[in-house]
Amino acid sequence: MKVLMFGWEFPPHITGGLGTACYGLAKGLLKQGVEVVFVVPKAYGDEDNNVAHIVNASDMEIDLRNKIYQRYWNNLTYIEIGSKLVPYMGFNDYLRLEKKLQVEGENIEDGFYKRKFSFSGKYQSNLMEEVHQYALTAAMIATQYDYDIIHAHDWLCYEAGIAAKAASGKPLVIHVHATEFDRSGENVNQVVYDIERRGMQAADKVMTVSNLTRQIVIERYGVDPAKVFTVYNAVEPITIKKKVEFKKHFPEKVVTFLGRITFQKGPEYFVEAANQVLQQDENVRFVMAGSGDLLYKTVRRVAELGMGSKFHFTGFLKGVDVDRMFLMSDVYVMPSISEPFGISPLEAMRAGVPVVISNQSGASEILKNALKVDFWDVDAMANAIYGLLHYPTLHKHLSVKGVEEVDSLKWENAALSNLKIYHKALSK
Amino acid sequence: MKAICLYLQIHQPLRLRNYRFFEMGQAHNYYDDYQNQYLINRIAERSYLPMNQLILDLIKKHGKNFNISLSISGVALSQFEWYAPDVLRSFQKLAKTGQVEFLAETDGHTLASLTNIEEFKKQVKLHSDKIESLFGKRPTTFRNTELIYSDAIGQVVHSMGYNIMLTEGARPILGWKSPNYMYCNAKEPKLKVLLRNYQLSDDISFRFSNQSWQGWPLTSEKYVKWILDMGNKEEVVNLFMDYETFGEHQAQETGIFEFFKALPTEVLKRTPYTFATPSTIAQKLKPIAPVYVPYPISWADEERDISAWLGNELQNEAFEKLYELSDKVAACKDPEIQKDWMFLQASDHFYYMCTKWRGSADVHKYFSHYPSPYEAFINYMNILSDFIIRLNQNSLNNNQPNSTQKIMEKEPKKATPEKVTPAKKVAPAKKAAPAKKAAPAKKAAPAKEAAPAKKAPAKKAPAKKAPAKKATPAKKAVPAKKVAPAKKAVPAKKVAPAKKATPAKKATPAKKAMPAKKVAPAKKATVKKAAVKK
Repeated sequence: MKVLMFGWEFPPHITGGLGTACYGLAKGLLKQGVEVVFVVPKAYGDEDNNVAHIVNASDMEIDLRNKIYQRYWNNLTYIEIGSKLVPYMGFNDYLRLEKKLQVEGENIEDGFYKRKFSFSGKYQSNLMEEVHQYALTAAMIATQYDYDIIHAHDWLCYEAGIAAKAASGKPLVIHVHATEFDRSGENVNQVVYDIERRGMQAADKVMTVSNLTRQIVIERYGVDPAKVFTVYNAVEPITIKKKVEFKKHFPEKVVTFLGRITFQKGPEYFVEAANQVLQQDENVRFVMAGSGDLLYKTVRRVAELGMGSKFHFTGFLKGVDVDRMFLMSDVYVMPSISEPFGISPLEAMRAGVPVVISNQSGASEILKNALKVDFWDVDAMANAIYGLLHYPTLHKHLSVKGVEEVDSLKWENAALSNLKIYHKALSK
Repeated sequence: MKAICLYLQIHQPLRLRNYRFFEMGQAHNYYDDYQNQYLINRIAERSYLPMNQLILDLIKKHGKNFNISLSISGVALSQFEWYAPDVLRSFQKLAKTGQVEFLAETDGHTLASLTNIEEFKKQVKLHSDKIESLFGKRPTTFRNTELIYSDAIGQVVHSMGYNIMLTEGARPILGWKSPNYMYCNAKEPKLKVLLRNYQLSDDISFRFSNQSWQGWPLTSEKYVKWILDMGNKEEVVNLFMDYETFGEHQAQETGIFEFFKALPTEVLKRTPYTFATPSTIAQKLKPIAPVYVPYPISWADEERDISAWLGNELQNEAFEKLYELSDKVAACKDPEIQKDWMFLQASDHFYYMCTKWRGSADVHKYFSHYPSPYEAFINYMNILSDFIIRLNQNSLNNNQPNSTQKIMEKEPKKATPEKVTPAKKVAPAKKAAPAKKAAPAKKAAPAKEAAPAKKAPAKKAPAKKAPAKKATPAKKAVPAKKVAPAKKAVPAKKVAPAKKATPAKKATPAKKAMPAKKVAPAKKATVKKAAVKK
């Protein structure tokens, strides 16, 4: 079987869970004997010269030329298309990016997360142009390659998927990693929503990363439940133990939040929980690693609570810094308000760090060896953190069992479920 | 003599509330009063009251040929006294017929027999005292928590004056032998042992309403045929199960009551069996052989060992930390501490911490009100931490006089805590710190505290729909192969008995006085959660 896959990032350029998921899934499919043609819009400002340099830490030995993977990669065709589209981008984010490019140019990846800009809606047409341009290119590619099925990841690729389907007549599977409701709460951008809806309606099968997301797809987008399937994400086992030398130079235990500091991720609940814990136990440090539009507000709140000396911001972390962060962490917290899946807790568990995650995350549907709380239940969150810090038996149990559990979640298995869906789409 | 020995276990855990770490040292009310009361009342309505009436009717109808035995844990008794006195009265009514035998067990439904023999004996005596005072007769038959049994435990039980004990007819113990005879303890032949027929017991308690079971639908005719199919050599069929099987685990709609109502008629008409109690059977039947049980067995999970409570490091840690306190508690006279000490030992708390994901996991989940074993562990350890703080403060202050004592605060808990103590034990303690306590405690403090606490849960009630949790699983299902209980074995230290406690004087409070302000916010959260969950 051969798949034409539209994604929006691929190694080495991984900025978060989505790229990791696309990569893992593609690799799993390759192992199942599927051939993959992977198409991505190349992020602006990110030139080829770094390809061999690995970016995101946790998952990341992703040198495509690595011998170990060579035989799989032989079946992979990788195509980049010039474009400004980058992952995780909602409409407003895109506007910021546009503006920033005009103002400053390069280096989006960092700048994008760090700065705030305000805009009018006048760039809307540009975004649509990008999307359509990608779709046009997709249609062209669709006629040039030989494949059995089309697989499109998330909204920016849906139009491309639809175009490819129209051009080739091959079945389309769209893969929903997040919806506009996850990105924007109830302030949904109509344009984006329409694209998503169109994609879901046009698709022969829809894959979602959790039942939580599946429910949204069915209820909010009116998609026939019979064609929506959940395929959970997995995480790469650590094959080569990267030796990251790191020594903590203070005695306190460390509780970590790692992710974008945006509404969706629930940073404020982490801050309030930290406050509760610190009132009871001063020998703890809290770290918020990441950046985003709620960063300043969060900093102010931390100052207001007088936790400044115990609560630290690192900014956006990548590469080896993420590994270090896990190494020094005693507890990892993911308080997301809406998290279609959430791969980061799996990465923490893989590093032996017990996790506290919100019930409003797709990952909570499958993880057993994790503490789960409702994101708004600050008391429960603080209590879980305190429990992990003060009851060593529990910490050890979850650390050991967590590694075991995550190691059993394999991309090959996810790919197998994925393959079944391909077959369903083809047999129809 | 051919007898069916029907014994039903009545127990309801005293569930702990969500106790947050920031409450340690401040709030000492540990129980989810709302939830406990709600469930007791619900089960009373669905199970205890109708079933007691049915038993009474059957006794009237069948006279001397229908006898039954019941065991009620002290934890359940206390809750009946607080929340459902009519249930208690209906049991007393059964006792008056003289055809219901009430068994002895540990007062707190505890695992003390596995670790601290002195404590175990104390609890058993306490329970027998209670049973005698409530039902007029001192028990002579013993059943341990969750039917936990070993040769050594049997010896101890015999030394306390009981002559017959009930336990599980675990396959690893019996091998090819039949559970349908009288056995005796391997080390103390004078202690007779009745072994549960798990097949026939689980057909009712576990499989009755299972439509994919080939025996479904189960009728009294079919059941009696199975009994007859066993052959005519068998002497005693031991049907041991949770009382709540009738009406709660198996809802009324399944026809469980009709089945039970028809069963005695069918049995008495078509078989040589009559329904007898353990003490009667003990007088009539001689043991055919000793049963060797070197390691503790129980009626729980497929393993039939003690791994449901002490099967992972979390459970062991909590259990050890708890029993490390034995000496200190023994030296402490504070009745509140004594009361909590008993309740914190209940096996249920450890059951909730079980991390078996396969096999018996669903059963554990059914009975647990925690989202996961980890929450159960954290919550329990938080409470235990507070208990330790109290205990230490108490021993520090123990040379002061005790008046102000436990007056204390919180305890919004039972609306009627005072009633609680039917048992003689508690009474004297209460006396010690008399008058004064009652007044202020009752009036002032609780009033304000109780209010918010109560209110919040009220909302959560409907939303939450708490499932039946409680008690012991019926689900033991097919025993299945394996697992020699052997390996599970209780850790070494268990054996050591408790040493003597030095008596200490009273404690004093002082510290107690603080308010439970924390409670309010916590509650709020819970309410929301209930809503969302639903």
